[in-house]
Amino acid sequence: MRTRCQLVCTAGALVIAAFCLLHTARSVSAAADGKITGTVKLEGTPAHQRPIDMAKEPYCQKLHAGHPVTTETVVTGPNGTLKNVVVYISEGLAAAASSQVPSETPTWDQKGCQYIPHVMALDVNQHFKVTNSDQTSHNIHPMPKPGGPNHEWNKSQPIGAPPFDVSWQAQEVAIHVKCNVHPWMSGYMAVVKGPTGVSDDHGSYTLDQVPPGDYTLTAWQETYGTQTQKVTVGAGKPATADFTFKAK
Amino acid sequence: MPKKTIFLSMPALVFLGSILAVAQNSGVASGYPVRKGDLTEQQRTGEGLYRRYCIGCHGDKGDGNGENAPYIDPKPRDFTLAQFKCRSTPTGTLPLDSDLIHSLERGLRGSNMPSWLPLSSENREDLVAYIKTFSPRWKTEKPGAPIEIPPEPEVTADRVKAGQQLFQKLECWKCHGVEGRGDGPSAPTLTDSKDRPIPPYDFSQGHKFKCGVTDEDLFRIFMTGLDGTPMPSFADNVKPDEAWELVFYLRTLQPMKTKEKAIAKQLGLKPINPETNSSSAPQ
Repeated sequence: MRTRCQLVCTAGALVIAAFCLLHTARSVSAAADGKITGTVKLEGTPAHQRPIDMAKEPYCQKLHAGHPVTTETVVTGPNGTLKNVVVYISEGLAAAASSQVPSETPTWDQKGCQYIPHVMALDVNQHFKVTNSDQTSHNIHPMPKPGGPNHEWNKSQPIGAPPFDVSWQAQEVAIHVKCNVHPWMSGYMAVVKGPTGVSDDHGSYTLDQVPPGDYTLTAWQETYGTQTQKVTVGAGKPATADFTFKAK
Repeated sequence: MPKKTIFLSMPALVFLGSILAVAQNSGVASGYPVRKGDLTEQQRTGEGLYRRYCIGCHGDKGDGNGENAPYIDPKPRDFTLAQFKCRSTPTGTLPLDSDLIHSLERGLRGSNMPSWLPLSSENREDLVAYIKTFSPRWKTEKPGAPIEIPPEPEVTADRVKAGQQLFQKLECWKCHGVEGRGDGPSAPTLTDSKDRPIPPYDFSQGHKFKCGVTDEDLFRIFMTGLDGTPMPSFADNVKPDEAWELVFYLRTLQPMKTKEKAIAKQLGLKPINPETNSSSAPQ
């Protein structure tokens, strides 16, 4: 009789524990379900993008024959939308939410003597892959702020070299990356704690996994600098925050 | 009486001499304000030496902005960044103390940095201890693990030829030129990390490198890269055996008579032809 009672009690306790666990998991999931979306636009005439002369690298010059590429310091889309803008939460994110490191490993490719993507957002300590898709050697030379917590390095990646895996140890918006062999190659890595997004061809961005709360959002563009605005994310209610940069 | 005066003056002279020596090593003689802070005894000695010998170029704050700096090219090292060209450790990492000591011993060719061999080895260690107080990196990070350098193999014709193929495959010629004269297609646009123009090494101009003179030094230079310059690290993509082959080929580009050069002559080795490398467009 006593054994049966013990069994029933244990089973009951297990059911309650399982229920609590499930409930907590759902709460966490709901907490991180929030979303911030928006569009980034440019008002005024965008800075002139000069054509890139790749004559010193015949491989890449031939690759772009007929459709020469230009610099990418300002890239606009339809209706004055602005590409390659990094949007991130600069204030208000709880330590727990900002300490989660995404498991995805994005790729920083060197293709056609250009960086693909031109701007990449990463979390602190998030691993990313550096690849060379070109039939020419590149040197990858990220230049974090001198004296800051991230440190400059410079690695060669010859033709056919395997990808290598790296990460940045501290927040920094943004780290300029260059190739000394091909001086026109220029790109940026934005290292940010917590959810972040980069505006696409239509100027749209999305920040996923944002817990409900009041935040300050910052948008960074390599030529026009930064802008901030406040935003509130409600439970299960996506927030919208549009940015407009003014051409200098 | 004069004898007595001389006798009495001797201890006074010794005393004065000692004070002068201490004053010079503590930097009082330099006339610069003395840096405050908690320094170990070794760092304090290093500080004195630094104020006497280094401050004019590297500056009071160690940022490379000493009073001589505007007239110097290349610019003096900025110790506040803890970034050094000559290392045995991977790119982006701190060097070993021995790397810094070696730089002090040999000086840096092609710059105003002389050899500090006239100082005692103890004093060079003191200086390194003090130089490390300029950047907080030395408190939070450890130096990188030195790259592995296996024993140097015998120089053979096959190894020299293989080295030349690597010179082409790794595209060293893009900066250093097909004959290693520092005149490759990318040479005119090279800049250092402070955006100052910097020429690639011209192998035809001498037998010394900025970071040493031996085959091992040359091995180390391209495997670790020269941080703060366009010269990248090749350690990820060049195996140690291949690195020795490249060393042997690079020696054929230098002006002095070497075994490698004799082999190259015997082989009738011609400069590489960049057209046979990567210049064809992808299909």
